[in-house]
Amino acid sequence: MERARARLHYGADVWQLSVAVAAVVAALPVITILGLSFSPAENIWPHLIETALPRYVGNTLILVVGVGVAVFLTGVTTAYLVTTFEFPFRRQLEFLLLLPFAFPSYVIAYLYTDLLEFSGPVQGLLRHLFGWELARDYWFPEIRSMGGAILLMGLVLYPYVYLMARASFLEQSPHYRDACRLMGRSHFRTFLFVSLPVARPAVAIGVALALMETINDIGTVEFFSIQTLSVGLFDVWLNMNNLGGAAQISMVTLTFILILIGMEYSGRRKARFYQSSGRFTPTDRVTLAGGFKWGASLLCLLPVLFGFLVPMVVLVGNSVAYFDQSWTPAFRSYAANSLFVSLTAAICCTVLAVMISYAKRLHHGNVLLALSRVVSMGYAVPGSVLAVGIVVSLGWIDNSLDGLFRDRFGFSTGLLLSGSAFSIILAYVIRFMAISIGNVDSSFSKVSTSIDMASRTLGYTPLKTLRLYHLPLIKSGALTAVLIVFVDCMKELPATLLLRPFNFETLATHIYQAASDEQIERAALGALFIVLAGLIPVILISRTISSSRQLSRRPG
Amino acid sequence: MKLKSLLAGSIVSLVLASGTHAAGEVNVYSYRQQELIQPMIDAFSARHDIDVNVIFAKKGMLEKLMSEGANSPADVLFTVDIGRLSDLKNAGLTQPANSAVLDQNIPSQMRDADSHWFGLTSRARIIVASRDRVEKGAVTSYEQLADSRFKGLICTRSGKHPYMVALTASMISVHGEVEAEKWLAGVRDNLARKPQSNDRGQVKAIKEGECDIAVINHYYLALMLANPEQKPAADSIYVIFPNQEDRGTHMNISGMAMARHAPNRDNALKLMEFLASDAAQQMYAELNGEYPVKNGIPLSSDVRQWGDFKRDSLDLDEVAKHRAEASKMADRVNYDG
Repeated sequence: MERARARLHYGADVWQLSVAVAAVVAALPVITILGLSFSPAENIWPHLIETALPRYVGNTLILVVGVGVAVFLTGVTTAYLVTTFEFPFRRQLEFLLLLPFAFPSYVIAYLYTDLLEFSGPVQGLLRHLFGWELARDYWFPEIRSMGGAILLMGLVLYPYVYLMARASFLEQSPHYRDACRLMGRSHFRTFLFVSLPVARPAVAIGVALALMETINDIGTVEFFSIQTLSVGLFDVWLNMNNLGGAAQISMVTLTFILILIGMEYSGRRKARFYQSSGRFTPTDRVTLAGGFKWGASLLCLLPVLFGFLVPMVVLVGNSVAYFDQSWTPAFRSYAANSLFVSLTAAICCTVLAVMISYAKRLHHGNVLLALSRVVSMGYAVPGSVLAVGIVVSLGWIDNSLDGLFRDRFGFSTGLLLSGSAFSIILAYVIRFMAISIGNVDSSFSKVSTSIDMASRTLGYTPLKTLRLYHLPLIKSGALTAVLIVFVDCMKELPATLLLRPFNFETLATHIYQAASDEQIERAALGALFIVLAGLIPVILISRTISSSRQLSRRPG
Repeated sequence: MKLKSLLAGSIVSLVLASGTHAAGEVNVYSYRQQELIQPMIDAFSARHDIDVNVIFAKKGMLEKLMSEGANSPADVLFTVDIGRLSDLKNAGLTQPANSAVLDQNIPSQMRDADSHWFGLTSRARIIVASRDRVEKGAVTSYEQLADSRFKGLICTRSGKHPYMVALTASMISVHGEVEAEKWLAGVRDNLARKPQSNDRGQVKAIKEGECDIAVINHYYLALMLANPEQKPAADSIYVIFPNQEDRGTHMNISGMAMARHAPNRDNALKLMEFLASDAAQQMYAELNGEYPVKNGIPLSSDVRQWGDFKRDSLDLDEVAKHRAEASKMADRVNYDG
């Protein structure tokens, strides 16, 4: 009877409808690009396959594997250390390890190049010490290289993995670990055979997110002149004047991303570990002895040192030195613009993600699953290509609307959607939907389905069930989603550049203006603000995570 | 509280940004960097009391204009090279700007025959060489850059960058595809390092001893000389205007066009005429170190000091025509690899 009521209830269909609408909106620009790829100015493939394509694909693969290994090792190791062991400065490091996340990878690339290139302070000091003069007098690792790109991107992207893995380790019931230890297994084997497999879905999401970022990065690879697929895409589009051909390359990129998403999904299907987070008990951390103790501190300090402290010192130094030139009244409006569009987009993303995840939970079905993947597709498309998709589709909608109103009512509506900041927010939502869905999905998957059944038995509607039981349980996952999307929006550059209305600057576009002339010093203050703005939610989230942990410990 | 006021502020600025309908305004879509045109725009605003709204973007401007169609707010388009100007015209996104002032101030080879686009400044693609390590007269032409005696001594930016592509395109139209490709492969063999950074970066690399010879746009050197931090690098090299014995040095232009559906045509024309006027042309020369298109405008002192030189008179449309081939050529010889 309850089941019949639930089916009759109008609310149930709203969930499905919302997924369908979101999928259509998200798919529009991607379909537009797909459409463009069928009408290239000229068939570029014979040329590409013969010349640059193997290079593009090869470099992309090396970069992806390199960054993948780097973020996995860094993120999982540090997350496991801070959740399982007790060592000096553990609490501080647990928080500090999140901080590199606030750095956009292009900013850290600019900063380290400034620091490590020939004219930078490091090589300058070496020359001074050893009496060298020219670059040919000695060998120094080239920062503008594949290795440099892997290291720097790894340094700012590992927090994706750290954040997900840490949450997962914290939510794991300590009983598994205790049981394993009781059976005489070492810490390492416990980690390898118990903790890591249980954390696998979360770690997979983190790695997948970091790698999608890597594949779409254009700022760093362009600056380091590494020919990846995204560099090739822009080359075909802008230098060969072949948007259709570029759209075809973005389909190759999309394939890469779909493989990543597929990996993540199958990982999750295979490893379904239900945990009722309501019964979370704090883990008793193992206190490390002697050398291990400081080794753990050092291991956790390294990513913080190179991913945050060193670049921060350079950034603050430059900001102070060039403060008068940088701190203008316009600056505050850039900051406000960034904050406004990013926050709006982050909240929209997460609300949509909750609706979509919940719809999938209510109605298990392949159609819904497929639709929710469509919604995630925007993440696969580089920002500026997505922006072109949005420009083209919004332009079409605007002009059709305008034509309709002119014919029927005799007045013009002009460019309703594409002429305002709406298009930026839309771009962010489409671009970063995958992140919020990934996070919210993973939170939902940990909520036992028996809660849903019990709630339905009590006669509660899906909405009431969501509000009363699910939302409190997925709160930290949803907040994580808001945080990540917010920070990503603050950093987003290419789509913002193309979609912003007149006289609308964000911090990212402001940095870009200054840095495009390699006058990085003047961009320092802007970059510092992005980093600081990125820090606020990082602090907020780390607090909320710990307080919600305390709350959920209460019996209820 | 602070967050709230920030948000309120940004909403206000959003509304302002999307709805400026002041009496006098003109909207600009610019491929050029803000830094290089803002002074001229400010001078125009001050003189005519017309607000200038600008969007700066390199990627997707063409697509944006196309999809906005008849409702596009764009009045004037700024570009950095001839390729973009001809793209815009070919895509039907421009309209003729008929003005006696423009025709009088801009020499005919610097503007479109149908008045769709106009050059504002021209720039020379020069060779620079280390004062300490390269003898004067050792290199005098683009062709010589492929000589094996310069193996491991040459730096350039990416072979796919519009400035390098335009140079290769000019080589194609002078020597034909086969010879041009041999030349490009020869230059690649002589590279000291993987092509990277921008034109200023090449000058720095000479100062630092990574290479001895580089190819750059002349005004970057002028900008470096004016910047105390970059001056030492600029002082470590000397300027070579290539091919003085034959066709002359390769030139390109930055330019403007009136958008097809410009809503503020009169103001657009005013802005365009202003940019071609003595006052603005002088600013281009002084502040950017570019060559003004208008005759009789004094050059900046640094640029003047390099002296007169013979310019390649090759038709700019010819360069634009070979651009796609030049870009593919860079792939084929794996110039950036």
